Amino acid sequence: MSSKDRHINFELMRNRVLSEQNGKDFWRSLEELKDSDELQEFVNREFPQHAEEWNDPVERRTFLKLMGASLALAGLSGCVYQPPEYIVPYVTQPDEFVPGKPLYYATAMVMNGAAQALLARSNEGRPTKVEGNPEHPASKGMTDKFAQASLLTMYDPDRSQMVTYRGVTSTWDAFLNNTQPNNVGLKKVLADQQLKQGAGLRVLTETITSPTMANLMQEIVKKYSQAKFYSYEPTGRSNARKGAIMAFGQAVNTVYKFDQAVRVLSFDADFFNDQAGSLRYTSDFMKGREPGEEMNRLYVVESVLSLTGAKADHRLALRPSEIEGFARAVAKELGVSGVQSNYSGNEQWIKAVAKDLKEHNGKSIVIAGESQPPVVHALVHAMNNTLGSVGKTVAYTDPIELSQDANKTPLEGLKELVGEMNAGKVEALAILGGNPVYNAPADLKFVEAMDKVAFRAHLNLYSNETSEHCHWHINETHYLEAWGDARAYDGTVTFTQPLIEPLYQGKSAIEFLAAFTDTQNTKGLDIMKAYWQTQTLPTSKAQAEAIAAMSEKKEVEKKKTAEHGEHGEGSKPETKPTPSPEGKPTVTPTPTPAPRPSATPTPSASPRPAASPSPTTTTTAPVPLPSATDFETNWKRVIHDGFVTGTASPAKTFPLKTDWTSQPPAQVGTGYEVAFRPDPNIYDGRFANNGWLQELPKPLTSLTWDNAVMVSPETARKLGVSRYEGSVNKGGQNFVGTINIDYQGASVSNAPVWILPGMPDNVLMVTLGYGRTKAGNVGNGIGYNAYKIRNSNAPWFGGATASSTGNTHELVSTQLHFFMENRDLIRIRDKEDYLKNPAGHGDESKKFKGDSMYEQRDYSKEYKWGMTIDMNSCFGCNACVVACQSENNIPVVGKEQVARSREMHWLRVDAYFGQNQNEPFGPYFMPVPCQQCEQAPCEPVCPVHATTHSAEGLNDMVYNRCVGTRYCSNNCPYKVRRFNFLLYQDFNTPTYKLMRNPEVSVRSRGVMEKCTYCIQRIQNAKIEAETSDRLIQDGEVVTACQAVCPANAISFGDMNDATSKVAKLKAEKRNYTILADLNTQPRTSYLAGVRNPNKEIPERFKLSTTKEDGHGAGEHKEGEKKEGGH
Amino acid sequence: MQEINHLNDDIHATKPYITPDHSLGSVTDKLSAFVLKKRTPFVWFIGFAIAFMFAQLLPMTIIWLLLNGIGIWGNNQPVGWAFDIINFVWWIGIGHAGTLISAILLLMRQQWRNSINRFAEAMTIFAVMCAGLFPLLHTGRPWLAYWLFPYPNTMGMWPQFRSPLMWDVFAVSTYFSVSALFWYVGLIPDFATLRDRAKNTFFKYIYAFLSMGWRGSARHWLRYETAYLILAGLSTPLVLSVHTIVSFDFAVAQLPGWHATIFPPYFVAGAIYAGFAMVLTLMIPLRIVYGLEDVVTERHMDNMAKVMLATGLIVTYGYLMEAFFGWYSGSQYEQFMIFNRIWGGPFWYMYWFLLLCNLIVPQLLWFKYFREHKIWLFIICNFVNVGMWLERFVIIVTSLYRDFIPGQWAMYKPTIFDWTMFTGTIGFFLTMMFLFVRFLPMIPIFEVKALLPVAQVEEDKVHTHA
Repeated sequence: MSSKDRHINFELMRNRVLSEQNGKDFWRSLEELKDSDELQEFVNREFPQHAEEWNDPVERRTFLKLMGASLALAGLSGCVYQPPEYIVPYVTQPDEFVPGKPLYYATAMVMNGAAQALLARSNEGRPTKVEGNPEHPASKGMTDKFAQASLLTMYDPDRSQMVTYRGVTSTWDAFLNNTQPNNVGLKKVLADQQLKQGAGLRVLTETITSPTMANLMQEIVKKYSQAKFYSYEPTGRSNARKGAIMAFGQAVNTVYKFDQAVRVLSFDADFFNDQAGSLRYTSDFMKGREPGEEMNRLYVVESVLSLTGAKADHRLALRPSEIEGFARAVAKELGVSGVQSNYSGNEQWIKAVAKDLKEHNGKSIVIAGESQPPVVHALVHAMNNTLGSVGKTVAYTDPIELSQDANKTPLEGLKELVGEMNAGKVEALAILGGNPVYNAPADLKFVEAMDKVAFRAHLNLYSNETSEHCHWHINETHYLEAWGDARAYDGTVTFTQPLIEPLYQGKSAIEFLAAFTDTQNTKGLDIMKAYWQTQTLPTSKAQAEAIAAMSEKKEVEKKKTAEHGEHGEGSKPETKPTPSPEGKPTVTPTPTPAPRPSATPTPSASPRPAASPSPTTTTTAPVPLPSATDFETNWKRVIHDGFVTGTASPAKTFPLKTDWTSQPPAQVGTGYEVAFRPDPNIYDGRFANNGWLQELPKPLTSLTWDNAVMVSPETARKLGVSRYEGSVNKGGQNFVGTINIDYQGASVSNAPVWILPGMPDNVLMVTLGYGRTKAGNVGNGIGYNAYKIRNSNAPWFGGATASSTGNTHELVSTQLHFFMENRDLIRIRDKEDYLKNPAGHGDESKKFKGDSMYEQRDYSKEYKWGMTIDMNSCFGCNACVVACQSENNIPVVGKEQVARSREMHWLRVDAYFGQNQNEPFGPYFMPVPCQQCEQAPCEPVCPVHATTHSAEGLNDMVYNRCVGTRYCSNNCPYKVRRFNFLLYQDFNTPTYKLMRNPEVSVRSRGVMEKCTYCIQRIQNAKIEAETSDRLIQDGEVVTACQAVCPANAISFGDMNDATSKVAKLKAEKRNYTILADLNTQPRTSYLAGVRNPNKEIPERFKLSTTKEDGHGAGEHKEGEKKEGGH
Repeated sequence: MQEINHLNDDIHATKPYITPDHSLGSVTDKLSAFVLKKRTPFVWFIGFAIAFMFAQLLPMTIIWLLLNGIGIWGNNQPVGWAFDIINFVWWIGIGHAGTLISAILLLMRQQWRNSINRFAEAMTIFAVMCAGLFPLLHTGRPWLAYWLFPYPNTMGMWPQFRSPLMWDVFAVSTYFSVSALFWYVGLIPDFATLRDRAKNTFFKYIYAFLSMGWRGSARHWLRYETAYLILAGLSTPLVLSVHTIVSFDFAVAQLPGWHATIFPPYFVAGAIYAGFAMVLTLMIPLRIVYGLEDVVTERHMDNMAKVMLATGLIVTYGYLMEAFFGWYSGSQYEQFMIFNRIWGGPFWYMYWFLLLCNLIVPQLLWFKYFREHKIWLFIICNFVNVGMWLERFVIIVTSLYRDFIPGQWAMYKPTIFDWTMFTGTIGFFLTMMFLFVRFLPMIPIFEVKALLPVAQVEEDKVHTHA
């Protein structure tokens, strides 16, 4: 009886029972005490966790008696209220549903307005993984790290779980209907606004491309003619739009066709990452980069080091303000009429680039990044026009974003809104998503302005900084819980459909906006259907044919887990078209939102999410009425496919204006310049509470859990800050100096400095998204807040002053050493050398075949799994790392543990710079999963046989057998094994239980783990193949890292199948394995990279030529580390 | 008489192994008195209290470790082994002296060992206990560590016999059991002496129980000598095998800095070096506190210092060869490892400190003055104790933290729990030593008698009669 004070105390309860019997000999049932809270709680616990009574024999007997009595009497008492729980099996099992078999549903994630089409995997009604939608033109089966990590956001226990009014729990109904003056609801406000045509009504959204939302907005504007809509996102495409307006006199959406381009010149555009169509662009670009005579060439002129820059054949680092001058000089050299330039310097570069671009007329792209001012964008349009690219590699369409006034940029809109709020014109402000209080430019003083609005409502996934300043906060649904639509980068209409009933009964943006119309409180699906019914959807047949035609065009690289019926692949019986009773082709169920019993607000209460169709969901009507057939069938088809074919915005021609060319060139700054960039992982801050993204090593720096100011080594010297490489605490993180930055009258203090070779001198790159105060338990209070110094007049760069504080800050990085120490891991060669001798990088792997003390197995019988990673394509985005984390239930360990070098990622992307710190080259990237060595050094040293070899040549890890000696890790030359030093898995948070992939064991403390080549996927394919008595076909097994890769750098398959892609790649001359001289015989091999430099540009760094011997041992000096063979 | 001359009158030795004023009776009186009669010195209580206090760190750390996992230590990726294995190897090395002194010197008829063997064997056993804790607790799931033993089980699983860790299990457990047995057998005649002399009934019973009915008859002695010799024969290969096998943990791995053929002899020499240093470290103060100068003479110290000097030079040769192999291998990884270990890496000072402790300072032992001077010798031995620990640090940590893939290099720093675990074992070890000197005859009574001139004469006479 340890806790007498506890409420749920048996003795106390018994006393109560006895005392309330009033001397009766026995009592009827415990229901007499039903109103007692203690008892209820006690009884609700099937097996009381803190059953002190069990220690006391007397108490235990009484307790059992009591329990027995309550069970015996339960039947008598009759009318016990049973909470609704779907714990029975389906009476009629849905056709496509087989317990244990995942289903895939097409959906889409919207970020910065652009839709990323996805296929989400659903295990028994729980979304557990997202993949790209292979049919969708913008996705082609690929995803980025944000989409991968969005799954964790969906299950984040810190998500906002209820409607609040001034921080106090409320309800959606209250929000709509309240009328008390101190707690006024929406209806009342709207009624007031109606009287003045909505003159005081403002809606601030994120970038919106949704046709349904557009329709709702129109409806609202119809009703409240004076109401205004604004959209703002900190990384919104304001400069691009302004540039288009300069060039064409109107807003224009630019779509690039990188597969058609052989020469690309980028001005500060990190088009692998920062464009709406980045996934597609990357994939197209990498296709053109196949080593050979015709490979493309990339020039990058940039003010920070970006992934695109790292991949460039020629890269020039300039100050941000210098790029405009440079662009003018190139434009002038290209012969763009009317362009003035007084730029001096880099003449050889400019001449060579211009010549090269001109020689590839119509096959080149010039592209500018959002961080460059409008005039650079206009210059780029003019250059593309001069180069004859328009219509070939560059297409112009109408903008995909919605805006009330297309000539106003989002940033201008926000300024206007702030002005109106300050002027007291705004009486009701609705903010849909976003977090302007946190991320609006500091000079606008958004909070002060917003506080003047009488009615403020905010819809968001999280109760964030903005919610704190709003009266009403409405919890939003995650995209995996809601219906929606949006356009992809090229305008293709893409649908979002829910995979699960909203965990917290949130509202989607559509539902929220619908509350402003007459049709209040309608379900998202009804709103969507109501709108799409008025539109012409392609007939189901046409859509299917269009997709079939599209995918035929695609190469046979059917790498994605296409779950679409028409691709005769093994593992997707669930969505095969089935003939409808009328004999018409139709598709099986439109994925149904899995409704969840309403009485269980959190999934913890019902660990088994029911996937039974809700009777109210009209889509599940078994046979649509003939009259509805057309729409319903077509609707089902497009929802099934996830998008509508042929909705890409048509290319248009826009006449180029020239009046802007007379604008005088901007001044090049002196002193320090600040350059703003969204954080590569947590973006503008919206993913701050996402542990996967926080812990994901940031590309180029491998920094985790923090943001830093990136500076060049020279600038760091000037600032007087250093990275104390030698000084270590814990496992070996960096203590770096911090600086204060003053920018446009605002300042940020104590920002840690990271020395990034490749940054232009005097440039301080700050990343947005950190310094959150209301992000959640994961994201609060880490990093510095760069929004504090962001200025609406100079949102991307500008002159600043900076000074060292003398303090230090601890940054943690998963990679501490960025030079290869002459180790020949990454092999990159010049095109010329490659064409002369394609195998010149040296491949030692064949030298040792067969030399082993232990018996060599014969793998030729069945499968022989292998992987290749193409160093020529990989650009280091790290999406594969998150995909792996999501697929394999890999835990997040936290900053302190990363500081001790204990991160758990099974797959890592090592980055290595060439040359020295001041003249860096690259970095080049090397994803390192388990190499699955045939002669694995980890295996013979394990004392308990916990890591063994499979008959298919895989190096298996038996978690249950592992006792954790870590000998295998010590003996692994690739250091790919990861050890659970502490209990890293969160076994307690109920939502995480739903998130995990049920096919992968969840590892606990003290166990070694590592990449398995996604063995669960191999096994699934095997089962599938065995049931039809055949071998697994090439492309049937797609590893998680392979599926996500936008560069198609990873290939996986059966090496015994000579026709498989992986076998072909392994036969390629570029193939090599790393550390081959250790005779580990890895199954993972790498394809040497090839660069395509322009000989007319002076090279600061000469790449290796052919090497005679496979292995280059010997002398090295710190100063002259080389990439590649030598 | 020949024997006596050989023992006590060789050319350089001026000091005998036992002072001439001792008789059979006086030896028994003196040595049994520590346990039975003499008042326990006050220093003992102080020393015991301190040692016991430190020993408490051990259970505290172990409990915390079992609750949280080995992540409370500083081990990381890539430094999978650190203090755990450093301390294991260090303790095992220390544990070598006892059996070496008892068995090998016995077989080599080095009778001077008789004064110190009991003590050294006790030290061995306690050191191996400390050593054994580390491999057990360093596993991620210590409660499953029994899977390393080949026992019949329903899983149908055997351990993996190719793994050196498996060999370790056999080597260390065999070594411990044989050493313990050897020690106990050696104690039996002395238990009988204590039984006969004890006044306290309780102790009398205890010692009687432990002496297994020893009556000192000729037949007993015959059996005893045979058994002891057999055990010595059994232990001798173990002295060599244990540290050879421990060195296989490293030599079998392919890590630069571990993968070296010199490891077995180099480790064995290092172990003897460390063991002798530890014996001297403990013996010198005891000798002073208990006034043992007459039975543990300067001659003993001199002999042990000579063994240290010899093994120290072998170890130095090992260091040279490691560096030479690194260079001569032509492998860039080996070359880098040596460069990094000696000069280029962040732990370079460890290597130089190691050389100072193990190579430079012990050169003083060339001089008889230092070999016989109790303070100087104590200091030098402590340098060696530290140096041998550093040697394991250099081998383990500075090989792991800079291996093949530079992108995965990381630093290592121990945590507070690494230190409490280490000091805890030292505390435990010293506690056990204190209890040992208090309750057991730390100098073998009957064996010391063999060093007396009278013993030699008797033996000679017997011989002549025969």
